[in-house]
Amino acid sequence: MSAIELRGLTKVYPGGVKALDSLDLVIPDGEFFALLGPSGCGKTTLLRTIAGLETATGGAVVIGDRDVTGVQPGARDIAMVFQDYALFPHMNVTDNIAYPLRIKKVARATRQQKAAEVGARLGLEQLMERRPGQLSGGQQQRVALARVMATQAQAFLFDEPLSNLDARLRLEARTFLKKLQHELGVTTVFVTHDQAEALAMADRMAVMESGHIRQIGTPAEVFQRPANTFVAGFIGSTPMNLLDGVVRGDTVDVADCKVAVPESAEGLLRDGEKIVYGVRPEYNVYSAESADGSLGGTVSIVENLGATYLVTLDVNGVPVQAIVPEGREPELGDEGFAVPRRDRALIYRDGELVSA
Amino acid sequence: MTRFVLRRIGFYVLIAVLLAFFAVPLLWLASAPFTSDPTYQVRMPDFTSENFRALFDNPYALGSLWNSVLLAAGTAALVVVFATLAAYALSRVRLPGRDALLYTLLLLSSIITGTAAMVPLFQLAVELQLIDSQLGLILILTGGLLPAAIFMMKDFMDSTPKSYEESARVFGATPLQIVRHVVVPLVRPGLATIAVWAVANVWGNFLMPYLLLSDVEKQPAAVIMYTLYTEGGQANIQLLGTFGLLYSVPVVLMYLFVSKKYGFRFHGGIKR
Amino acid sequence: MAQATLPPEVLDDAKARRYNADAAGLGRLRAGAFVAPALALISLFLVFPALWVLYLGLSNYRLTGAAAAAPQSVGFDNFVKALTDPEFWSSTWLTFEFVLGSAVIGQVVLGFLIAWIMRDRTGPIKRIVEGLVILAWILPSAVVSFLWVALLDRDGGTLNTLLHLQDFAPLLDHPMLSIIVFNIWRGAAFSMMLYGAALGNVPPSHLESARLAGASGWQQLRDVVFPHIRGHVLTNLLLISLWTFNDFTPFLLTAGGPDGKTEVLSVHVYQVALQGGELGYGAAVSTVILLINLVVAVFYLRLLRSKK
Ligand SMILES: Nc1ncnc2c1ncn2[C@@H]1O[C@H](COP(=O)(O)OP(=O)(O)O)[C@@H](O)[C@H]1O
Ligand SMILES: [Mg+2]
Repeated sequence: MSAIELRGLTKVYPGGVKALDSLDLVIPDGEFFALLGPSGCGKTTLLRTIAGLETATGGAVVIGDRDVTGVQPGARDIAMVFQDYALFPHMNVTDNIAYPLRIKKVARATRQQKAAEVGARLGLEQLMERRPGQLSGGQQQRVALARVMATQAQAFLFDEPLSNLDARLRLEARTFLKKLQHELGVTTVFVTHDQAEALAMADRMAVMESGHIRQIGTPAEVFQRPANTFVAGFIGSTPMNLLDGVVRGDTVDVADCKVAVPESAEGLLRDGEKIVYGVRPEYNVYSAESADGSLGGTVSIVENLGATYLVTLDVNGVPVQAIVPEGREPELGDEGFAVPRRDRALIYRDGELVSA
Repeated sequence: MTRFVLRRIGFYVLIAVLLAFFAVPLLWLASAPFTSDPTYQVRMPDFTSENFRALFDNPYALGSLWNSVLLAAGTAALVVVFATLAAYALSRVRLPGRDALLYTLLLLSSIITGTAAMVPLFQLAVELQLIDSQLGLILILTGGLLPAAIFMMKDFMDSTPKSYEESARVFGATPLQIVRHVVVPLVRPGLATIAVWAVANVWGNFLMPYLLLSDVEKQPAAVIMYTLYTEGGQANIQLLGTFGLLYSVPVVLMYLFVSKKYGFRFHGGIKR
Repeated sequence: MAQATLPPEVLDDAKARRYNADAAGLGRLRAGAFVAPALALISLFLVFPALWVLYLGLSNYRLTGAAAAAPQSVGFDNFVKALTDPEFWSSTWLTFEFVLGSAVIGQVVLGFLIAWIMRDRTGPIKRIVEGLVILAWILPSAVVSFLWVALLDRDGGTLNTLLHLQDFAPLLDHPMLSIIVFNIWRGAAFSMMLYGAALGNVPPSHLESARLAGASGWQQLRDVVFPHIRGHVLTNLLLISLWTFNDFTPFLLTAGGPDGKTEVLSVHVYQVALQGGELGYGAAVSTVILLINLVVAVFYLRLLRSKK
């Protein structure tokens, strides 16, 4: 088990696309690390460059204390699960799991036994004779995991490991994967474009945008204090309210209302400054009565999220969203007020978070 | 109503004419091998085995079939191995001038036919002392079939996802191991197609062995068949029936096998 | 030597881009090594002969005699000789008749006819008809040639017996017609299968709407079917013309006779160069064949490109 370190990693594809732009990243030993970002931002490229399937144009990849930038993928002591799992269709489950050992010239009997052990651990006992084509998506995923486990590599790389599963199975696999990673304690980097997945599974995560890392942190940090408006808009099942505002002393003018300056930005703002005021719908407290520092308007949309409702207020022409517990949801056309929590609201100046 | 009946009648007359046109020339092959003292005329067979006995007594007949097998198997093996390696490399690595090379190969395979190249090939065989050498013939046939084979094979390779190979590569497999363990099993239908196509081509080929093999003991069935009905002024009808049948059966079996297993594909046609 | 083979599918650029990444980590050197054996054989036995034929065409090379030992360059004499030789022109004309009659008209029309009348049928009739047509195509040329010799024989031939004719010898009296009919019989299968596949791709809804509009069978063909299969017709025409042009099978039936009446170019080259020993002149004729092949093939590849 080893840490992974990237130093100024750059990848330019032959066509001229700069998929990675001088990335620096340290993933400590044993961590479950998520790479999150919209499609096309370079996540797969980053993973493949760590694996050695793409040659870096500049910078270095260090695994453990070894610089592996110029090393062949097979010699990097890492293992990778591909998005389509890449299980060999002509081999049965046993042979698939044992394939890495076959490459390492482990004796046939030993590798069969090892495959059976790993397979049993992942609940594949009954399936060992089947071909991948005869397995469901979830079973294939577990075979792919088993094959990676059989390598006993220093680090695991997963490219969108859950995206080929249907919604229900995905939740199950999410829990399973997280538990397995904690048991094995192997440094694991996984790629996803689903922010909920990253928040749920990762110890730490990086949010990427067009070849750059925009924020690194624990899921809680990234969720509560997005470092910039890009991350703020990307993270969360309902996007954060990002409202243009002007600072007026202790308050901020937003959509012709006055709200209090958030705790995190106290003393850091200049009077009359143009900023973006951010508050998650979850931290926007809804009430039917007017209060100090509230955003008041008419209810224009009410969406059922299950145990909660997402209410959209039309505040002088600006849409503002708030989460309301079930049973307290307003009617369309009602007058309503949203009070941002001062300890959770954020201020962005030129797209970057203002904080001490 | 009457129009409908007339159309039906017209249709069946057409079918009957078509059937007759295509079946009549073949009747002889079905009847003569089993008829005593066969002539050019198609007669009701009396299911004699004496024609087959005569065939087995003939010193060259069975030998020539064996020669056909040798030529076909040898050529198919070389074509499959070399075409697979080349197609794999061309499919996966952007070698300088690759697209031009592929285009040229495609062009070559269609313009340099046996007809166009028989003169220099004969010359070349004389110079390299490959006249009467079965190996020489195999090499020449392989050279002729390779461009089209590479092209067909590359098509198969291109449609195989590369993540299988990458996966094996991350596990530490060498390129040759990847080809053996992953690529070859994945494109097996392609290999079979190329092999059958090469065998069918060589099996039916008359011109090249006729040109390059003058020793009767080395000649394949195509040449012996021709000799049997042209040499000595008088066709050896008794042998021709059984020999023609034996020589034809493998092709038919192979066709049935391929069309059953893979369906017919338009890779320029399995034959030709 | 391979007969002409043109896989009708060429590389799709977008697809090629996705797969050209060096997934197995082959590297250029090893990739070169993988390609080398194939290229060596192709160069030696395909490219080199084609180049040599050009050189031979410019020499007075003969199989035996003084010129065999020390061939000399004779410039364009062989080409001049060929182009002024009535036999060459008569062979060219016969080849034209053969290709036009048996491939361009015969195989295309018959192949399309069979595909058309069998298009929505299933069952034994379709299987038997298609099976026989394909059988005629896959049997070795030496076998089918002999079958036609037997069929058309003057004395005991099946044709004469069936038609109660005496002394009718098609191979002697109408030799060119005989090999044309033979080649239609021999090669109709390819066109049939190609058109069968093409007709299967005509959307049934288009045919139905034409039928609802009251179009006759012929109108449906012209207005709905033909626009859909136009590309296939062109592909088919070019391929079978190329194959028929290079076909050596007429030799097995008539060996060019009687009196050179069926001596198409492929047989002509054989007779002149390898029987007659005039390699230089034969090479000049081969060059002409190569050039004609080149024109047809380039046409065909253009067509494939433009379809992408
Ligand atoms: N083989 C390639 N050649 C050229 N450009 C590529 C290649 N692979 C990916 N790209 C480009 O690099 C960028 C990042 O791609 P990728 O890493 O696959 O993104 P993600 O996995 O985050 O969706 C994209 O703009 C993509 O078009
Ligand atoms: Mg991706």
